[in-house]
Amino acid sequence: MAKPKLAVYWAASCGGCDIAILDIEDKILAVADFFDLCFWPCVADFKYADVEAMEDKSITLTLFNGAIRSEENYHVAQLLRQKSVVLCAFGSCAADGCIPALANFYNLDSILDYVYLRSPSLENGSKIIPQPVTKVPEGQLTIPKLWNTVRTLGQTVDVDYIIPGCPPQSDQIAAVVEAVIDILKNGKPLPPKGTVLGATDKTCCDECPRVRNVKKIKEFKRIWELDQVDPDLCLMEQGIVCCGPATRSGCGAKCVKAGVSCRGCYGKPVNVRDQGAKMVASLASVIDSTDPKEIEKIVSTISDPLGTFYRFSLADSMLRRVQA
Amino acid sequence: MKSVVIDPITRLEGHGKIHLFVNDDGSLANCYFQVPELRGFEQFCVGRPAEELPRITTRICGVCPDAHHMASAKAVDAVFGVTPTSASLKLRNLVYNAFYGGDHTTHFYALGGPDFVCGPDAPPAERNVLGVIAKVGVEVGKLVIAQRARGQRAIEIIGGKKVHPVTAVPGGMSKRVTKEEQAELIKIGEEMVEFAKFTIQVLNDIVLANKGYVDLILSDMFTHNTYSMGLVDANNKVNFYDGKVRVVDPNGKEHCKYEPKDYLAYVAEHVEPYSYLKYPFLKKVGWKGFVDGVESGVYKATPLSRLNASDGMATPLAQAEYERFYETLTGDKSGRKPVHQTLATHWARIVELMYACEATLAMAKDDEITSDKLVNKPERIVGEGIGIVEAPRGTLTHHYKTDDKGIITEANLIVGTTNNNAPITMSIQKAAAGLIKKGTKITDGILNRIEMAFRAYDPCFGCATHSLPGEMPLEVIVHDAETGEVVQNARQNC
Repeated sequence: MAKPKLAVYWAASCGGCDIAILDIEDKILAVADFFDLCFWPCVADFKYADVEAMEDKSITLTLFNGAIRSEENYHVAQLLRQKSVVLCAFGSCAADGCIPALANFYNLDSILDYVYLRSPSLENGSKIIPQPVTKVPEGQLTIPKLWNTVRTLGQTVDVDYIIPGCPPQSDQIAAVVEAVIDILKNGKPLPPKGTVLGATDKTCCDECPRVRNVKKIKEFKRIWELDQVDPDLCLMEQGIVCCGPATRSGCGAKCVKAGVSCRGCYGKPVNVRDQGAKMVASLASVIDSTDPKEIEKIVSTISDPLGTFYRFSLADSMLRRVQA
Repeated sequence: MKSVVIDPITRLEGHGKIHLFVNDDGSLANCYFQVPELRGFEQFCVGRPAEELPRITTRICGVCPDAHHMASAKAVDAVFGVTPTSASLKLRNLVYNAFYGGDHTTHFYALGGPDFVCGPDAPPAERNVLGVIAKVGVEVGKLVIAQRARGQRAIEIIGGKKVHPVTAVPGGMSKRVTKEEQAELIKIGEEMVEFAKFTIQVLNDIVLANKGYVDLILSDMFTHNTYSMGLVDANNKVNFYDGKVRVVDPNGKEHCKYEPKDYLAYVAEHVEPYSYLKYPFLKKVGWKGFVDGVESGVYKATPLSRLNASDGMATPLAQAEYERFYETLTGDKSGRKPVHQTLATHWARIVELMYACEATLAMAKDDEITSDKLVNKPERIVGEGIGIVEAPRGTLTHHYKTDDKGIITEANLIVGTTNNNAPITMSIQKAAAGLIKKGTKITDGILNRIEMAFRAYDPCFGCATHSLPGEMPLEVIVHDAETGEVVQNARQNC
């Protein structure tokens, strides 16, 4: 009997998701043993044409990482949706837009303008900006057109499950892989569509070992403004903005354990529509004032609130992008 | 005129494409290497607090996030005018070398190695890391996996996370290393050194003992006379984390040696309309196109160029290997440099692996790494900072400007593989021109030799650097430019 087929793909992403998959170490052998790997450009030797030639729904499971930022990303997302029974948004870029979606604070034109016309190391007297189609003496060259707005995978094609994290932690990946193999091997029912896998229903704060007392904040500080960061006390109580309350747990609170704030890479918690709005609500409950002027003063001590509260989820947020 | 398109190149950070134009007689007319992706970090970092950039720019690359974390941290230290504590600098150095120990290993065994261990003409199904294991034994495969895990574990101990470390903060590090963790790091270092020794033996037995491979390394088809760039310490020894950038010309003569803060006087970037990736070159020489020689500003920033740009290695076993490298490849014991054979980059990578492992062990043994003096508090905002480290794939420059609150107003990034954009293009071009000649039938062997031309650069091949089996899948479709009719279709591992 033929093995179930597995595909892994990256669109606009950094490669960290693929590294995290490989970090499951010897368990990768179980994956290779159970699945017939049919597409994983980083690891196996298949091309777009091979996927195009497959029958629809012939791929059992596709782990798709990366945001959708170009025509090529979108084309492959559509292709893999068509060919896959289960399409998983794997990692923060595919799930929420992640760091690449910070580009949604800007228009594509301004990005191209800076990178190719204004950055200080340029020598570009001819003011060349890369183009989708270029005529050269020998013929024509093409590169994919970039989109103005970075989108999540779920905003472009129908997604079945989400595995959050930047990247998903390897122990979570291993657990999901084992569960999927068990489901497929033993004919168990799949979880409901839309289920978030490899995470829990709690928040990062629930996994954080730091001591929390009653939070009342008069002023926010940046980490370098403190004489010393208390290694055991809740960072928020020390005045450092920490996105733990607005972030789904699953990572093991690694960043806060290492002495720095959570920045929200596991995405919004369960039953929350917008991670940044949740963060605003969390902060509102700890600001120690009822006086509007003082509240405004306290809030003004937060640097870059948008870029902090939506660090990993701007594309998935209700804002989605900053309007020009 | 016919188009020969190699698309997509996988095992590349993002996506890559090679477009060859072939004359009607079958010879190569021209060759273009294209990078069809841009994410725009330089723009969207604007508006972010400077101290956040070491955690944002790690997402430029999940394969070498450690390099971006460190270059960014150095630039941010400068923005805040602060020198990190001695203990934190040792921790940064330690984790950075441990990262190199894992990264160079996987490139040698999984990506570059198969061409030598299995042979450039081995069947594609064998010419991968499984083929390597089949040839040298399954135990070696386990050793490679263990070595990679060691590097990742050291990053987790010091950096907080295996992928995308988080602990470098302005003026130091945020996480203390315990005595127990130090003991684990020493064990990691010891095992890494043993693994590096073993790897040198593998190189000797399989590559250097085979005259055919040595001849291939020395062949003109894989040779480029370019400038060489690398970071060096005060004694001109290779250093990955700190020092000055030294550049030597194709004859080995020093062209420049600059402080990171002065990079704009030495490096500039050229733009072509058909690729999103820019082409850095030496500003004082100038952009002369995709050509070799002293008159061309093209330079390489690779393991090979780092050896060329230095006077040696700072640890004993690596220094011995460095001397053997030049003696073997130049044919004399005079210490003559440089070496320009692109494929020698693989051996240079092993010299660096030895150094990284020795340095990891030496730094792990330093008791100061468990100090609690982790951060020097910044006292002022300078408003501009430039940080440079040597990423495994080349010199990595982060340059930030900020307002008086330390919010980024301008960012400029010249990343490892970008440095090699022009030489990669040239290497593909030269290999392709040497291989695709009048009447040539495009075969798998030809495709693989074209691949070898750029595989030596380890051009930020994303996860492939750390991957299980595989060979670069390539598809070359030759079609008539006028009618669009497919003339020939050659596929490898597809």
